Amino acid sequence: MSYSLTDIFGVLPELILVVTAITAILVDVASKGKDSSATMLVTAVGFIVSGIAAISGVGTIGVLMNGAVFQDGFTTAFRAIFCLIGFLTAIFSPAYLHFRNIRLGEYYPLLTMSVLGMMVMVGAANLLLFFIGLETMSISLYILVSLNRTNSKSIEAGMKYLVMGAFSSAFMLYGIALMFAVVGSINYNDITNYFLADPTLGPLTIAAVALLLTGFSFKIAVVPFQFWSVDVYEGAPATVTAFMSTGPKAAAFVVFIRVFGIALHPVASHWTLLLSWIAILTMVFGNVAALRQTNIKRMLAYSSIAHAGYLLVGIVAGNHAAFAATGYYLAAYALMNLGAFAAVIIVNQRHGTDGSYRFDALKGLGFAHPLLGISLTIFMLSLIGLPPTAGFLGKLYVFSAAIETGHIVLAVAGLLNSIIATYYYLRVIVLMYMAKPEGDTTIPRPLPYAITLIVLSVLILLIGVFPEPVISLMIAVAP
Amino acid sequence: MQIELAHYLLLSAVLFGIGVMGVLTRKNLIVIMMSIELMLNAVNLTFIALARYSANIEGQVIVFFVLCIAAAEIAVGLAILIAIWRHRGMMSIDSLKQLKW
Amino acid sequence: MIESILDNNLITFLILLVSVGALVGLFIGLSVFLGPKRTSKVKDSPFECGWIVTTDAWRPFPIKYYLVAILFIIFDVEVAFLYPWAVSFGNLGMAGFISMMVFLAILFVGLYYAIKKRVLDWR
Repeated sequence: MSYSLTDIFGVLPELILVVTAITAILVDVASKGKDSSATMLVTAVGFIVSGIAAISGVGTIGVLMNGAVFQDGFTTAFRAIFCLIGFLTAIFSPAYLHFRNIRLGEYYPLLTMSVLGMMVMVGAANLLLFFIGLETMSISLYILVSLNRTNSKSIEAGMKYLVMGAFSSAFMLYGIALMFAVVGSINYNDITNYFLADPTLGPLTIAAVALLLTGFSFKIAVVPFQFWSVDVYEGAPATVTAFMSTGPKAAAFVVFIRVFGIALHPVASHWTLLLSWIAILTMVFGNVAALRQTNIKRMLAYSSIAHAGYLLVGIVAGNHAAFAATGYYLAAYALMNLGAFAAVIIVNQRHGTDGSYRFDALKGLGFAHPLLGISLTIFMLSLIGLPPTAGFLGKLYVFSAAIETGHIVLAVAGLLNSIIATYYYLRVIVLMYMAKPEGDTTIPRPLPYAITLIVLSVLILLIGVFPEPVISLMIAVAP
Repeated sequence: MQIELAHYLLLSAVLFGIGVMGVLTRKNLIVIMMSIELMLNAVNLTFIALARYSANIEGQVIVFFVLCIAAAEIAVGLAILIAIWRHRGMMSIDSLKQLKW
Repeated sequence: MIESILDNNLITFLILLVSVGALVGLFIGLSVFLGPKRTSKVKDSPFECGWIVTTDAWRPFPIKYYLVAILFIIFDVEVAFLYPWAVSFGNLGMAGFISMMVFLAILFVGLYYAIKKRVLDWR
C-alpha cells in the first residue's frame, strides 16, 4: 500500500491547510498572546493558497488514496467554497473579536482545522474518513463556540453544542457500524453495489439507515432534531455563527447527498416519504418561528433551518440533475447567509446597540451607508429567492427537479414557504430604507467588511446570472 | 451455550441503550459525558466483534480512530465544563438555561 | 448473510435476558414494598470509618489536576497508534516510517504549545 504523486496532489488543499494550522499555532505561541494579527495573516494566506490549489483541480475526476477520496466536481467546488468562507471569516473576525474583547489567537488555527474537516468530509469516499472529517470539524467548532470564556452564554452554547454533537455522532457511528455489519465494507461504492445486488431490507439494514438518518438530521438541524441549533447560533460569537451556519451545514449536506442520495440510492424508495415529511415540517417550522423573532441573529438561525428544508427537497428528488441543483443551491446559500451575517455583525457594532442584535439597529441605515444597504438588500433578495440572484436560480432548479421526478407536493410546499419567508426578509430591507434613523447612525467601517460584502454580493449576482460553470462543475459526481 | 456474534451485537446494543438513557435522563454533566463515552465504546465493541467474526481488519482500524476521536471530544468537554464551573459553581444540566427558544 | 446468523442463538439469549430482568425487578420491588423504612440523621450521614464528616466530598480540586488530566487523555490515546505501527513496521517500509514521523511531529507541536502556554507549570 503506497501513495503516488497523483494522490498527494489530489489532496493538496487539505495538506496546505494542515501546514497552515500548525504554522498558525506556532506563530500564535511566538506572539505570546499579545497580538493575533500575524496569526490571522498566516491563516488568510493559507486559505488563499489552499483555494488556488483546490481550483486547479477543476476537471479531474477520479478516486484517490486507494479508494478513500473522491475527486470530482463536487469536491473541487466545495473545497473552493470552504476556502472562501474560511478566508472571509478570518479577515472579518478581528474587528468583531476586538469589539467583544476576545483576545485568543487560537481562533485562527481552530478555524483552519474546522475548514480542513469540512474538506475531508466532502472528499471522503468511505464512512470512516467522513466520520473523522466530521469530528475534526465539530471538535474545532465546539471550542470556537465557547471561545468567549467570559460570557456565560457562549460557554453554555458550547456545552449544549458539544453534548448534542457528541450524542448525534454516536448515533451516526452506530449506524456506520451496522452498515459495516450488513455490507462488510464502509466504502460508498461497495454499499451501492451491495444494495444494487440485493435491494431488500433486513432489520439490521433498517436500523443502520434509521441511525444514520438520525445522525444526519441532528447535524443539518432539521425537524425534529433542530432544537439545539438556534440556542447555539445565538450564544456563539457572531463570527462563529456566521461560519457555522454556512460551511458545516454545506459539508454535512454534501455528505448527505453522497451517502443517502448516491450510496443508498438503490433502497431510496424506503425512505423518500419520510424525508419528504421531514423537509416539509422543517420548512414550516423554520419559517413560522422566524416570523416572530425580534432578534436578528435568531431570525437568521431559523431561516437557516428553513433553508435546510428546501435543500432536502433536492435530495428527495434524487437524480443527478437534482443533486447538482442542490449543490448549486448550497453554494448560493453559503454565500448569501455568510454575507447577511457579516452585514448584521457590522451593524451591531453601532453605538448604543450594545450588540443585542435587535431589528431596530437597522433603522435608516440604508441611505447612511450605501455599500451596507445595497449588499444587505442583495443578500435578503437572494434569501427570498428573487431574480437575478443566485438564491432564485437555486430554488428554481431544486423545485423544478422535484416536479420532474413527481414530487409536486414538495415543490408546492417549498413555494408557499418561500412566500411566507418573504415577510421577514423584506422587513430588514424596509427597516433599512423606510424607517427613520434613530440616534447616532455612525458604524465602524473596517476594510475587511467592505471586501467581504463586495465579494459576496458580486459572487451572488455573478453566479445568479451565469450559473453554467457552477452547474457543470456540480454535475460531475464521481461514480 | 456458545458465545457468538449475535451475543456481542446484542450486548453492545444494550450498552448503547444504557448510554442513550444516561444522556437523556441524568442531570450531572460529567455523567452525561460518561454516557456518551459508553455509547461510543458500545459501538467499538460492535466493530471489534464484526472484525473478529468476518476476519476483516477494517473494523479494528476503525476502533483506533474512534477511540482517538472520543478522547479529543471528552478533553474539549472537560475544558468547557471547567469554564462552566467557574461561572456557575455547579455542573448540573439545570445551569444551562440562559438560552431558550 | 449476517441477518440469518442473528436469528439462531438470539431467542435463548433473549429469554435469559428477560428472565434475569424480571427476577431483579421482582427482588427490588419486593424490598421496596415490604421492607421497613426508617431514616435518621446518623443513618443518612456518609460512613467515614467512624470519623465525623468534615467537608462535602464534591469540593473543588485545584484546576491544575484537570489540565494535566485533559492533556493525559489526549496524548495517552494518540500513542495507541504507535502499537499497530510498531508491529507492522517491517512491512510498511519507508512510507510508513515517514508517515509516523509526520504524525509524531504534529503531536510534538501540540506538546510544545501546551508547554509554552504553561499548562505543565506546577506552581
